Amino acid sequence: MALINNFVLVKFLGLCPFFGVSKKLSNALSMGLAVTFVMVAASAVIWPIYNYILVNLHAEYLSTVVYILVIATLVQILELVIMRTNYALYSAFGIYLALITTNCAVLGVTLVNTSEGYNFIESVLSALGGGIGFALVLVIMSGIRERLDNVRVPKSMKGLPVAFMVAALLGLAFSGFAGMV
Amino acid sequence: MVSWLKEFGKGLVVSNPIFVMALGLCPSLAVTNSLDNAIGMGAAVIFVLLCSNILVSILRTWVAGIVRIPTFIVIIATFVTIISLIFQAYVPALYESLGIYLPLIVVNCIILGRAEAFASKNRLSLAVADALGMGSGFLLAICIIATLRETLGTGKLTIFGNTLFSLPVLSEQPISLFLLPAGAFLVIGLLLALFRRVGLIKND
Repeated sequence: MALINNFVLVKFLGLCPFFGVSKKLSNALSMGLAVTFVMVAASAVIWPIYNYILVNLHAEYLSTVVYILVIATLVQILELVIMRTNYALYSAFGIYLALITTNCAVLGVTLVNTSEGYNFIESVLSALGGGIGFALVLVIMSGIRERLDNVRVPKSMKGLPVAFMVAALLGLAFSGFAGMV
Repeated sequence: MVSWLKEFGKGLVVSNPIFVMALGLCPSLAVTNSLDNAIGMGAAVIFVLLCSNILVSILRTWVAGIVRIPTFIVIIATFVTIISLIFQAYVPALYESLGIYLPLIVVNCIILGRAEAFASKNRLSLAVADALGMGSGFLLAICIIATLRETLGTGKLTIFGNTLFSLPVLSEQPISLFLLPAGAFLVIGLLLALFRRVGLIKND
């Protein structure tokens, strides 16, 4: 899951932070960890909600609305809990924790879990794998972009366009993992 | 009328959501492997953007500041659910091929961004113009990307089952790289660089 169906490079989820936060290595690592954490927590909370409440009420069509509310609430609670219990971790996550609500990788993984009909363990594992894959690519990308700052790039390619080129090459490398399992 | 046109044109070209502001990238890369998908996604986004901008603009004086963002998200999620049900009922094939990217419109930064940055501060008519401009800008951008990717990746261009044209050599030996995720990054990166080169958008 982390390598073969990589969330960023194969499924195009979580691209905004991928291009926005990948300028510095340390930020990328914090963001990657925070996203993995929220993805696992959201999958664990949403699985019983979907299977025991929504299915019983025949209200599956409400899943999008319910999921986004659960994720937003969860992110708020996590932020409070981490701030009270582990301040070092809280300052390491920084603003990225709040930004995760609108990260499509989180909503994406819960939607995939539902549409694939995963059981509880599978849901949590797919979230964990997806999160690790996301963090991995974010860290690789930020390492490359830190180097890119010192390279002379044609004027019109500077910044975002060249980041897309790098992503294309990374995507090509990751498509080599396809079909391994 | 002038300000109406200005808001419309702004989204279409000057601050095109994809090419200038780099918002809403996830769907623009994921569904642009065929023109049909791009048109379907564009239409869905215009619908959601328009409805949510209208409602947010009407409610802007009643919603308290601190619960603003959650309210917007619930409004957007409601309209996304409506358009998903409409697609499922009337265009099931398109619904299948868009897959999870249809419900993911909820977290498309363009829609929440416009609700927060524009519709919550402006009157109804301007909010409508803004939604139509930004929505058309999004549709235009993903159609350009999809046209390039489908033409290069399959050698022909089809729209809802009708083949528009078929290139002689390319359709036998298509460059399937462009249908892969890597091709999407490549096309969008090259387009951005091209638009900057010819001065259509400014360097940041």
